[in-house]
Amino acid sequence: MEPIFAILVGALFTVAIYLFLSKHIIRVLMGAAILGNAVNLLIFTAGRVTREVPPIIGGDTDTLSNAAANPLPQALILTAIVISFSFFAFLLVLGYRAFQELHTDNSDEMRVAEPMVEQSPPAGY
Amino acid sequence: MRTVIFRSIAPYLTSLMVLFSIFVLLRGHNEPGGGFIGGLIAASALAIYGIACGVAPVRRAIYFHPMAISAFGLFMSAMAGVLSVFAGVPYMSGLWIYPHLFGVEVALSSVLVFDIGVYLVVVGAIGSIALALEERDRD
Amino acid sequence: MSAAAPGATFIVLMLPFLAAMIAPWLTRRLGHNAAWLLALAPLAIFIHFLGFATDVADGGIVTGGFQWVPSYNVSFSWLIDGLSLTFALLISGIGTLIILYSGAYLMGNAQLGRFFSFMLLFMGAMLGVVISDSFLMLFVYWELTSITSFLLIGFDHTREASRRAAVQALVVTGGGGLALLAGLLVIWNITGVTQISLLLNYGDELRNSPFYLLALFLVLGGAFSKSAQFPLHFWLPNAMEAPTPVSAYLHSATMVKAGVYLLMRFNPVLGDTVWWETILPVFGGTTLIVGTLLAIRQTDLKLMLAYTTVSSLGLLVMLTGFGSEHAIAAAVLYLVAHSLFKGGLFMVAGLIDHEAGTRDVTKLGGLRKAMPITFVAAMAAAISMAGLPPFIGFLAKEEIYYALWATDPWSLAFVAVAVVGNGLMFVIGFAVAIKPFFGPAVKTPKPAHEGPALLWLGPLTLGLTALVAALVSPFTHRFISSPMASAVAGAAEEVTISVIPHMGPALILSIVTIIFGIIAYRMLDHLRAGMASLLAAIGWGPDRGFDQFISGLVRLSGGITRFIQPGRLDIYMTVTFLMIAAALIGPMAWYGEWPAMPVWPEDVQFHEFVVFAIVIIGLLAVIYARDRLTAIVSLGIQGFAVALIFMLFGAPDLSFTQFMVETLAVVILALVMTRLKLHASDHRPTAQKLADMSVAIACGVGFTLYLMAVTQQPFNTALSDFFSAYSKVVAHGTNVVNVIIVDFRGTDTLGEIAVVMVTGLAILSLIRIRTSRVKVADNDPDLPPAPDQTAEVR
Repeated sequence: MEPIFAILVGALFTVAIYLFLSKHIIRVLMGAAILGNAVNLLIFTAGRVTREVPPIIGGDTDTLSNAAANPLPQALILTAIVISFSFFAFLLVLGYRAFQELHTDNSDEMRVAEPMVEQSPPAGY
Repeated sequence: MRTVIFRSIAPYLTSLMVLFSIFVLLRGHNEPGGGFIGGLIAASALAIYGIACGVAPVRRAIYFHPMAISAFGLFMSAMAGVLSVFAGVPYMSGLWIYPHLFGVEVALSSVLVFDIGVYLVVVGAIGSIALALEERDRD
Repeated sequence: MSAAAPGATFIVLMLPFLAAMIAPWLTRRLGHNAAWLLALAPLAIFIHFLGFATDVADGGIVTGGFQWVPSYNVSFSWLIDGLSLTFALLISGIGTLIILYSGAYLMGNAQLGRFFSFMLLFMGAMLGVVISDSFLMLFVYWELTSITSFLLIGFDHTREASRRAAVQALVVTGGGGLALLAGLLVIWNITGVTQISLLLNYGDELRNSPFYLLALFLVLGGAFSKSAQFPLHFWLPNAMEAPTPVSAYLHSATMVKAGVYLLMRFNPVLGDTVWWETILPVFGGTTLIVGTLLAIRQTDLKLMLAYTTVSSLGLLVMLTGFGSEHAIAAAVLYLVAHSLFKGGLFMVAGLIDHEAGTRDVTKLGGLRKAMPITFVAAMAAAISMAGLPPFIGFLAKEEIYYALWATDPWSLAFVAVAVVGNGLMFVIGFAVAIKPFFGPAVKTPKPAHEGPALLWLGPLTLGLTALVAALVSPFTHRFISSPMASAVAGAAEEVTISVIPHMGPALILSIVTIIFGIIAYRMLDHLRAGMASLLAAIGWGPDRGFDQFISGLVRLSGGITRFIQPGRLDIYMTVTFLMIAAALIGPMAWYGEWPAMPVWPEDVQFHEFVVFAIVIIGLLAVIYARDRLTAIVSLGIQGFAVALIFMLFGAPDLSFTQFMVETLAVVILALVMTRLKLHASDHRPTAQKLADMSVAIACGVGFTLYLMAVTQQPFNTALSDFFSAYSKVVAHGTNVVNVIIVDFRGTDTLGEIAVVMVTGLAILSLIRIRTSRVKVADNDPDLPPAPDQTAEVR
């Protein structure tokens, strides 16, 4: 199963990065959302993939059955999903506010912090 | 979005979802579920109510500012770890008691307190984001 | 020593810092009279160190301190021998007088408390430099003297000249400090010891090491920059921008001698080699001549003195470099003598400036009547500086000539250098001490009169000390010169010179010097004019070089910043992802560790393929979406498909979470997007698209290969087994994922929910910034907008 997942993860990364390289903040944002999925699936696959049996200990045993999925990547991913969502929301609002202030969604035209014609640093003492 | 049907159903849907989210939260230790998922469900419930009926009723309904809920949750989670001080074990060690209420054994634990804290943080923070954005949307 | 001595010494080392802490408060309460109380601190230090005098005179070495990091041999420890004791006495003794002097000199200055504080800080740092036994402590205190010197030079920070001088001193001496640090590390590496007291046994090992030259050059870099050796001398005259007490204390009596101290300290281990005995005399001699020649050029009393300080330091370095017994004795005597007379002369210069309103030597004259005590103090210092009996300066000069005199050309050259240098210093000494006081009275900016006792107390005491020290020379030698010379030489040494002149080459050289000095003094104006035109002809000096260096550095770093930060997001992104692709694929290609060709899994079921296909379709739709709603929906589709994957492969928790998150993401994205009048479609030219696509594909392929390589390795189940085994038994939970989140890794989760909350706060504040400009509308259809709505709902 892992090779298919590897290819899928590669596809997710490719699309996310392609969107990131665009100059438009909306596309960058969507790239960020996809990148989160890509990384989560990467961790998921690295912990090996098993079918259907969730990591829940049955009523009469004290340990997981051998067929159960690996719980550790799931725990990592669970928090990662929530954090990447809040990060995504932050980026979204940041981009939205930037658009309102700068009237552009083109990252090349957002030159407030690093202006096009930058003044030389002061040479005096 | 503000159709009559949607606006009529939304309060019931929201109550059901919040109730379900608490159910998911409490069963989380033994079945799929937990504070993160429960919190997200409750936050979605708030978002739906906000879309249907406007943000102000939501804010009135939850009474506290969502970020205050979130902060309280964080405090609660942190304190759940501190509880272990009284048992003389390291920070964040799980503590369990089994009181009998009305003849039923109830498992209470510091871990549960921690998970409720997680739930409140997620409800507060995500709900606050959603409500704030919905507010922006209509002006 | 008594058992309490280590503790007492530690307290004494901390005393200046404690005094520095209370100085501002004390000054607010008592005004300039706080000086009396604050001077008790250095006085106590002075008395404490006097207590070691007999021990040290009998050849004892007092060490003490505390272990700090034993595994690395790092300690807070001190070493009191003849060398450090003499320095400590000079620092605390002159320090006492300087604190008193500062109180009167800066009386009424609003920043007097700050000034006292800086001075005491410096005193503590300087004391630390000379007392330190451990390398680390030496370096820390060394840099601390640079920093306090920076603060004191820039004390009058409203003037650009002060700021420039402060920065210059910091760059030169602080840079030298870094060289010193490197040098100490090299020495540590060679010998394995971090304490000076232990290092003294490793001289041969150090000198025979292949890294000897490296260590030597680095240590010399520290010493030469601190002690203002040519061509790094330029910062010292500029440091005269500081108030005069600073010049008297830091920039003549103590701090600038730290470099000389370092050389003397390391003389037993680094010295006695051809390199040492060539570099030091050559640089020292050059500095001596350059310093005096530049001093002739000046008319400002302080600048004249500053340049002679440069030359005196050159002389000290030169003598230390000779390494012979008498040269060391001469260096020791001259060091003490110089601290006494130069500190005194600076204070006299400040006193004249304070009372007459100018320190331009050409605008002063006839002050003898108006300022008799100052005149006496000035004469005492000048006689000592000129090397005339019966002051300690005379002893020093006799010893210098005695040490240098030999008939080989190398020695003769240095004798000539010394004679010219001393002769010119004779000129400057008397130019400072005689010119303002004799001749017809000149009208000065302020009507000159004798200054307050606090101002003349210092120079007069120093002059008297110089006289007494020479008159009771056996006593001085027993307690000061001989122990110090022994410490510098690394072997017991006896200094015997006295005020009674002996016939010999040294006396003849002294007389030659004096005659040369008198002739030069009479021709001073001509010499000055000559030097002025010579310097004008040269036009460039290291001082201007420093400016060029700094502005060049600023331009260079500006250029580099503009080059690596062009301010274009897509360039940053491209570079970042290219690096990621290289990091993923590079090592595999380099080591040939490509993953094996994967075996196509047999058991992939149809519904699984469908879900995978949905992800791919969703991704393509995001890229090619023509309008934003399609893009958002496609984004949601791939997200839900990922949630399905989680569901199919045994992760229901993830699946639920993913579903909720994707729903919320689509909702808020739609909410915001409808506000933005934007196209979600691509605007890039095709060439750009192709380039970006290849970067993205390179990264994607890299991740695929990486993941294949990872999953082809055998899986280590240790962690999973741990959680499986303990989840129910210990943590009483059967949902292992949840148990990991809230119990096993609870503290980690606590951090994560804190992040979620902070993100929420950040988003709220981002949104709230706008509320000041844009009207907030309430979208509640049932409720009329209340006036205080905004205040309530936020």
